[in-house]
Amino acid sequence: MLRIKELDSGYGDITVLKNISLNVDEGEIVSIVGANGSGKTTLLNTISGILSPKKGEIWVEDQRIDNLPPHKITELGIVQVPEGRRIFPLMTVYENLMIGASLPRAKAKAKQNLEYVFDLLPRLAERQNQIGRTMSGGEQQMLAIGRALMAEPRLLMLDEPSMGLSPLLVSTVFEVIAKIVEQKITVLIVEQNVKKALGLSKRGYVLENGFISMEGSSDQLLNNPHIKKAYLGM
Amino acid sequence: MGFLSVVANGLSMGAIYGLIALGLTLIFGIMRIINFAQGALLMLSMMVSYWLWAATGINPYILVIIVGPIMFAVGYICERCLIKPVLDEQKDVREPVAVLLLTAALAIVLENAALMVFGADYVMAKTSFSTSTIALGPVTVSAARFYGLIIALLAAGIFYLFLHRTQVGCNIRATGQDRNAAALMGIDVPKTYAIAFGIGTALLSVAAVVLIPFYYVHPSVGAVFMTKAFIVVVLGGLGSIPGAVLGGVIIGLIESIGAQYMAATLTAMLVYLVFLLVLFVKPTGIFGSPYDW
Ligand SMILES: Nc1ncnc2c1ncn2[C@@H]1O[C@H](COP(=O)(O)OP(=O)(O)OP(=O)(O)O)[C@@H](O)[C@H]1O
Ligand SMILES: [Mg+2]
Repeated sequence: MLRIKELDSGYGDITVLKNISLNVDEGEIVSIVGANGSGKTTLLNTISGILSPKKGEIWVEDQRIDNLPPHKITELGIVQVPEGRRIFPLMTVYENLMIGASLPRAKAKAKQNLEYVFDLLPRLAERQNQIGRTMSGGEQQMLAIGRALMAEPRLLMLDEPSMGLSPLLVSTVFEVIAKIVEQKITVLIVEQNVKKALGLSKRGYVLENGFISMEGSSDQLLNNPHIKKAYLGM
Repeated sequence: MGFLSVVANGLSMGAIYGLIALGLTLIFGIMRIINFAQGALLMLSMMVSYWLWAATGINPYILVIIVGPIMFAVGYICERCLIKPVLDEQKDVREPVAVLLLTAALAIVLENAALMVFGADYVMAKTSFSTSTIALGPVTVSAARFYGLIIALLAAGIFYLFLHRTQVGCNIRATGQDRNAAALMGIDVPKTYAIAFGIGTALLSVAAVVLIPFYYVHPSVGAVFMTKAFIVVVLGGLGSIPGAVLGGVIIGLIESIGAQYMAATLTAMLVYLVFLLVLFVKPTGIFGSPYDW
């Protein structure tokens, strides 16, 4: 459902991503792993339309999206959970979730989606009236995921959902993601936690210095000597 | 005038300052732009309101249903045609200076255009309640100022409810708190900017219709209010709605009470003195937490 062809992207005169090609099929769960500064966030922000590519094409099914503004891309069901949660700090949990449902398409189903989100993330149901910024890091991550689910994603893109969380919470977050996949939502996950990400996905890409250096099935990548050494410390 | 009447007058002027400051604080809170044209846009609202009143004789307060939408359109178009292009150029700048200069330039253009079209005369909408008073128990207040207080507070309340209870209002707040996250949730950020600018300008129409029955309109009337609105906003905390209203009331009270005991020039100084004092004690203003809605 998502196809990227020979994409270059970056900031001003700096090109960060070079010649990126990748695809994600309907119903799949794909991970992109890479070290700090390898360009993972840049890639997701380029797909989401926050950054415009310097070269190349991004397609969602038969629609080209690389020149659309971010809200149009979200309207197509390509929804990102940004790095560092980025919840609305002065809004309540409920208000945050409702902003997720502000698109007409999502608004029509807001009630039903809210039930689903509260079922998946019961903590949010308990904390509906809490102000966003007073939530703990783990709760904020759950809120960011819940907010994105309210937008009726067809492709959910998560940027380092494990960032800054304890090992136990990381496992919880990945369990939640696994449950989301069961809802026939396609998932693209960007992670530094290579083991967790590849453990969940079927396929993966390795991003190094803005290039895709490797791709393959998750098992293949997990057993690759270079990855074992560079990312898994084995 | 008894002391209570002085307080009442101060409250009413203060509420109007607060209303003008609300637009300023909204636009700053959402776009991180200080709109130096706010005063000139108030002058334009007052001119349009006065002109409509003179032409039709309709109660100025009712005219807000015409002037409000006109000013919303003026603000919306100004943002789309003037500010947006500059803002797009400075996309990566957090607090774009070129836009400040642009709004300052807009203020000068508006003032001079008003001078050309309306002339330098001082005019006022002399209505039946312009000179009458109302007795509230022991307090006697000017009717126009009393109505002004009620309408200004009502407008601030409606504005608050709008921001918190409607989808557009919530989108505006979300954009102010994190514009990228808002865009990722499907909010059209550039359009939200234009709407916020339009609403910030439309709020001035309320201030305009309550002012014209007792305050003279002339092309440079905006400058007086611009300075005060600016003080009010910084005093209350940039981006804060309760701060704008409270800041306005404080300035209004200082002015009216001060005027009872000292010369007008000294009162102006007193305003700045309190302003400096608050900033010394709490540099972020009274409602310090930034961009708090
Ligand atoms: N706004 C920006 N302006 C200029 N350069 C940037 C900007 N944001 C990121 N970069 C640069 O782009 C490169 C890739 O950054 P990016 O944030 O995409 O990496 P990442 O893989 O997400 O890293 P991390 O794991 O730390 O989140 C880095 O060298 C970074 O310095
Ligand atoms: Mg990143």
